[in-house]
Amino acid sequence: MTEVRFGGAINRALSDALTADSRVILLGEDVAQPGGPFGVTRGLFDKFGPERVRDTPISEAALAGVAVGAALTGLRPIIEIMFMDFVTLIMDALVNQAAKVRFMFGGQTSVPMMVRMPHGGGINAGPQHSQCLEAWLAHVPGLKVVCPATVADAYGLTRAAVVDDDPVIVIEHKALYAAKGELPDPPTATPIGRARIAREGRDVTVVSYGGMVPVALAAAADLARAGVESEVIDLLSLQPWDEASVLASVAKTHRLIICHEAVEAFGVGAEVAARVADAGFDELDGPIVRVGAPFMPPPFAKALEDWYRPDAAKIVAAVKKAIS
Amino acid sequence: MGSTDAPSTTYQLLDLYRAMRRVRETEERLAALFADGEIPGFIHLAIGQEAVSVGIAAALDEHDTLASNHRGHGHAIAKGLDLDRFFLELFGRRDGHCRGRGGSMHVADLSMGMLGANGIVGAGLPIAVGSALAHKLRGTGHIAAVFFGDGALGEGVVHESFNLAQLWKLPVLFVCENNGWSEFTETARLIATDPQRMAAAYQMRTCKVDGNDVVAVAAAARTEVAQVRAGEGPCLIECQTKRVRGHFEGDPQKYRDAGDIAVAAHDDPLLRCEAQLIAVGTAQRTIDEIKTETKIRVDAAVANARAGAQPAPLDAFADVYSPEREPVS
Ligand SMILES: Cc1ncc(C[n+]2csc(CCOP(=O)(O)OP(=O)(O)O)c2C)c(N)n1
Ligand SMILES: [Mg+2]
Repeated sequence: MTEVRFGGAINRALSDALTADSRVILLGEDVAQPGGPFGVTRGLFDKFGPERVRDTPISEAALAGVAVGAALTGLRPIIEIMFMDFVTLIMDALVNQAAKVRFMFGGQTSVPMMVRMPHGGGINAGPQHSQCLEAWLAHVPGLKVVCPATVADAYGLTRAAVVDDDPVIVIEHKALYAAKGELPDPPTATPIGRARIAREGRDVTVVSYGGMVPVALAAAADLARAGVESEVIDLLSLQPWDEASVLASVAKTHRLIICHEAVEAFGVGAEVAARVADAGFDELDGPIVRVGAPFMPPPFAKALEDWYRPDAAKIVAAVKKAIS
Repeated sequence: MGSTDAPSTTYQLLDLYRAMRRVRETEERLAALFADGEIPGFIHLAIGQEAVSVGIAAALDEHDTLASNHRGHGHAIAKGLDLDRFFLELFGRRDGHCRGRGGSMHVADLSMGMLGANGIVGAGLPIAVGSALAHKLRGTGHIAAVFFGDGALGEGVVHESFNLAQLWKLPVLFVCENNGWSEFTETARLIATDPQRMAAAYQMRTCKVDGNDVVAVAAAARTEVAQVRAGEGPCLIECQTKRVRGHFEGDPQKYRDAGDIAVAAHDDPLLRCEAQLIAVGTAQRTIDEIKTETKIRVDAAVANARAGAQPAPLDAFADVYSPEREPVS
């Protein structure tokens, strides 16, 4: 075990992926010589050179289309979108091209590309640099969407995303980049589509992902002091998501909370709730409760943003509601 | 362009004619099948524009990659796609190129370097740029080409693609098929400049040809493809052509003067090629034989497609994602 930062784990994963397979290339704005807007790609340009690690113009739409074309011609491109908010600019390449090529061309080929993008608030970046838009992507057949919460999975999901044959979007919570954690030695890939039990408990299941996992764990610690044992599930993958693990946990606890930083309405939580309400109906002893941001864009001011982002107190309140 | 580049021999000219005839026969048949309700969906025909697809494709190698657009039947057939599977796809049959999931706007054959027709205007350009990047990094010696219309010039991603291709000196050939129309509106009312000036703004090499003269298109393509392949960076060829049919089949074209349609139909690249053939001494009988052969071939492809099996809905799930593989560490 080595202690590294979340961003450092991604850096190591990218480096290992570039080393492991000469078809892997890395493209994005400021990712090469500057080392990445958040420093995540530092050193990769020096190690792998200007052909494989490239700074691109501020042309997200073309960049994503380039990744599709490169993937169709034998490379395994990784592209970085500086903030998830800019995913709006690459939606055609993701949704109409990358996601559909395999299906629409009758299974002739795959599109092995990976897109990294940071989401979430916590740095007062305001309405256009703080959004959590993962539900948009999880809604699209053909895309895979993952969102690590720990250092080990930041490494592991990045490696898994690069070797996956389909387009994978890796969403990184920007407030986690500096977080420290343990990286196994040697570090390993994290399978896409499987959740992780971050804390075991018998009274209530709390499903979460990404930056909300540490918040859910903090809430669980609070609740434990009041005698409520929460089972915290870290989804890791949002598309596909590990329905079986969530159902198994609900079969044990009979209560379900889902929390994410994205707005509550029409979100990942809605899908999880709907599936459990259907497939797990007989196991439920109370209402499924969602915790998410209120239905407004992420605000800038510290007082507003702190209020906007779900915190442990909100999760505790939701758990109390679910078990009352 | 040196005259040595022109496909001057009768043999080459016959090949070009044969290829154009194949595209024309295919599309005329599609028009009839669509009118009869045998082929569903949207189909956009490039009747009158065959010299562009055929002239350009004549300069490409089998493994050069090609991105196309919504008006892409000619691009696919000129690139060498199998006619049986093509018709099976347009009929929505199981054994079509795309197992009946794509149809007219998505015909693709990766084994022939055909990266797909595309229903999104402008979307083929960055795909071709990415493909060219892969050719360059992998040292394949191949190039990427992309066909797009004059209407696509309004898309931001087209500009981004020009910039990237030129910035990185990528082996990509941009082919602007300028037929003067963007759906139901004359492009002159929509675009403040022209394709060559736009590409030149990114310092790209450009040229313009009479897109209804297959000899001129093939000659320009041969010259430019050689340069692109030699690592001289991208090039834009503007092919001036005319759209004979409506934007899609069934389009009553109320927005268009009858005169404009007549002029377009009159400037027929196949008739021009026939005159060129006769001028170099080809017998009319040879031309007629090509017509007959082509008709027989298309008849066979249509009959085969009619008899083709329907796709099974549940099979479609298999290709939403790739087959699962063991993760590596
Ligand atoms: C992004 C996008 N916008 C609009 C359309 C609808 N549309 C399809 S073809 C077309 C006109 C394109 O004109 P041009 O590129 O010149 O091609 P042409 O039809 O003339 O061959 C339009 C507007 C589309 N398919 N995609
Ligand atoms: Mg046009």
